[in-house]
Amino acid sequence: MEEVKRSKLDISHSPAGMEGPGFFATSLEKAVGLARKNSIWPLPFATSCCGIEFMATMASNYDLGRFGSERLSFSPRQADLLMVMGTISKKMGPVLKQVYEQMAEPRWVLSMGACASSGGIFDTYSVLQGIDRIIPVDVYIPGCPPRPEQVIDGLLQIQRLVETESLRRRDSDEYKAMMVKYGME
Amino acid sequence: MAIATAENIKSLHDSILAKLNEKFPDGIISSTIDYDFPVYVVKREHVYEILKFLKEDNETNFHFLTTMCGLHFPDHHGKEFGVMYQLHNMPKNNRIRLKTFFAGSDCHVPTVSTLYATAGWMERQEFDFFGIDFKGHPNLKRILNMDDITFFPMRKEFPLEDQTRDDKNDSMFGR
Amino acid sequence: MNDQTENIDSVIPEEKIYSTLNLGPTHPATHGIFQNILKMDGEKIISAEPTIGYIHRAFEKIAEHRPFYQITTLTDRLNYCSSPINNMGWHMTVEKLIGVKLPKRVEYLRVIIMELSRIADHLICNSVVGVDTGAMTGFLYVFQWREFIYEIFEELCGARLTTNFGRIGGFERNWTAKAWEKLDAFMKDFPPILKEFENLLVRNRIFMDRTIGVGPISAERALEYGFTGPNLRAAGVDYDVRVMNPYSSYEDFDFKVPIGQSGDTYDRFMVRGEEMWESMSIIEQAIKKIDRNENVFHAEVPEFYLPPKEDVYNKMEALIYHFKIVMGETDVPKGEVYHAVEGGNGELGFYLISDGGRQPYRLHFRRPCFIYYQAYPEMIEGGMLSDAILTMSSMNVIAGELDA
Repeated sequence: MEEVKRSKLDISHSPAGMEGPGFFATSLEKAVGLARKNSIWPLPFATSCCGIEFMATMASNYDLGRFGSERLSFSPRQADLLMVMGTISKKMGPVLKQVYEQMAEPRWVLSMGACASSGGIFDTYSVLQGIDRIIPVDVYIPGCPPRPEQVIDGLLQIQRLVETESLRRRDSDEYKAMMVKYGME
Repeated sequence: MAIATAENIKSLHDSILAKLNEKFPDGIISSTIDYDFPVYVVKREHVYEILKFLKEDNETNFHFLTTMCGLHFPDHHGKEFGVMYQLHNMPKNNRIRLKTFFAGSDCHVPTVSTLYATAGWMERQEFDFFGIDFKGHPNLKRILNMDDITFFPMRKEFPLEDQTRDDKNDSMFGR
Repeated sequence: MNDQTENIDSVIPEEKIYSTLNLGPTHPATHGIFQNILKMDGEKIISAEPTIGYIHRAFEKIAEHRPFYQITTLTDRLNYCSSPINNMGWHMTVEKLIGVKLPKRVEYLRVIIMELSRIADHLICNSVVGVDTGAMTGFLYVFQWREFIYEIFEELCGARLTTNFGRIGGFERNWTAKAWEKLDAFMKDFPPILKEFENLLVRNRIFMDRTIGVGPISAERALEYGFTGPNLRAAGVDYDVRVMNPYSSYEDFDFKVPIGQSGDTYDRFMVRGEEMWESMSIIEQAIKKIDRNENVFHAEVPEFYLPPKEDVYNKMEALIYHFKIVMGETDVPKGEVYHAVEGGNGELGFYLISDGGRQPYRLHFRRPCFIYYQAYPEMIEGGMLSDAILTMSSMNVIAGELDA
């Protein structure tokens, strides 16, 4: 098989597969993963300080658009990624859960900052001690608030998960059992 | 408008005390100067009238309620709870503080939300925190916490920390 | 055909039926989590019922359980758009309680930092007002300069947003040469940018049509509702804590207090814009007053000012003071003190009751956002739904300060 000439511009790595003149073959899973990874639509669920750092991440200096996520989806129905940023109080908890339930599969959750991840410095009667008490979380970003670079790193971690996730994962018994644990069917 | 100096505050304290004593002979319990504020402790029954007088009197004219907050002193028998009001007369730059105390078994105080619109939410907040009943408030319900909680979190006997956590025990913190 | 028209007519009721619209708590158009249940007549708002408390974090309760020097971290998270002002306000409250007088240089350094954070705060607010009227450009443009302010903060204290700036009694370290260099660059480069940003919006026909007469409040009602800061000044009352009850040597500076007339969205925008220019002028004056090479950055109060870490490890005295401060062995006077600073949104007050212990007996925050947000229903009644969003963003309601 002759060598294919590649462009020097490497926008996205192609997955492993068979290639030759005029064709490229890979598994469906990998092709889907590649497509999903580079067009994640995040739903910003910004409540407090971390939301301001997220604004900085979206703005010109850091520009989340470089990673294919500049299209914020404010409707949970069309979002792939729920970015929870800031303190979630017990009053807010049911709202967050409802937003998560409205999202279509496959969905991912990014917990940004100490408050969303664990309650942070607010170990008080009114604050939910980590959103993983009510919804499953894929990636946690530490910091109070995290720097924009950390947010970008968190998004890259999510991209890695999205890319490598099996298409059947959401149908597995393990996943279903986890949803049942969180009180969702 | 005058920048508050020690003499100014002293004379403000004296003049208002004289006025209040004249108008409400048995309403004032004590008065003092705490840092840059004249402070008057008044009887609960007279709180509303005193604030109304201080607001509407041409000379004092405390037209601005800067802030108010609830107080809880569990050790002061018979006057466990209190409310602090802080008033401001902007043109003259006079600021004073009023306080009133009452027993926990009889935890109410007249509302001032009819005098100052801003007191509406402040009183709701203090009700939420301390369970102080502001008599006559048009819409006295919880504001920051959920409606269904059964306690008043800012009372001293109530613990700060979230009671549902099981991932930390006292041995981790040397307690 | 005729029958059908008649049918439609019969469907439309004689009397008006209002629709109810739930806006929030996670509506994308509201910046932060506020819930408003609106009664609407078509697009017009008849009445509004706000619900708050969605990020109630119990600041006042936490403050009763933390030593004085640890409360700074809490104040960061009140109005997180201008946290250095909150930090300084808290330090000044404690300094007032214990009776510390700071060297002038430290006070001027504080003034520079407070005015820088005021600019950062107002920049966010004004550019977001721009976004809500459809002008994304201004936001993307000035955010680079807000980042620049954050870089200065980062150089000074190591953090961007929640700065935990300074100590009781001064600063933890002197300003570095790099920090001065950055500040100079900012002072030189920012004014043309701000001018350009203003040119984009101030006389812009679309912007003026969208904002003039939107969400107005009269001076009387504003005072009734306890407004302070830019929102009160937009209504025409020249109340500024920096002038009325100067702190941190603000009396040494010459600046104007810009006021508006009608208290509408446009006036609020303009007042914030003018305040940024005044802040620039204050910083300029402060820079002239400061000797950069001097090494004075805190008052001599070893009982309260945490000693540098290297001294703690190497000097007996510093170790003792460190121990005393951290374990709460130093005597704090008993008493009550109220101190207010002009925060990004108005009079940010700290009412502190000390019983002589290591933590406050009671600490109450006078949070300007909480106080003026209750006027919001009155301000949007009778207006359009899209104007309500604009009113909210121009009031600069910060959820952290609102719910505490």
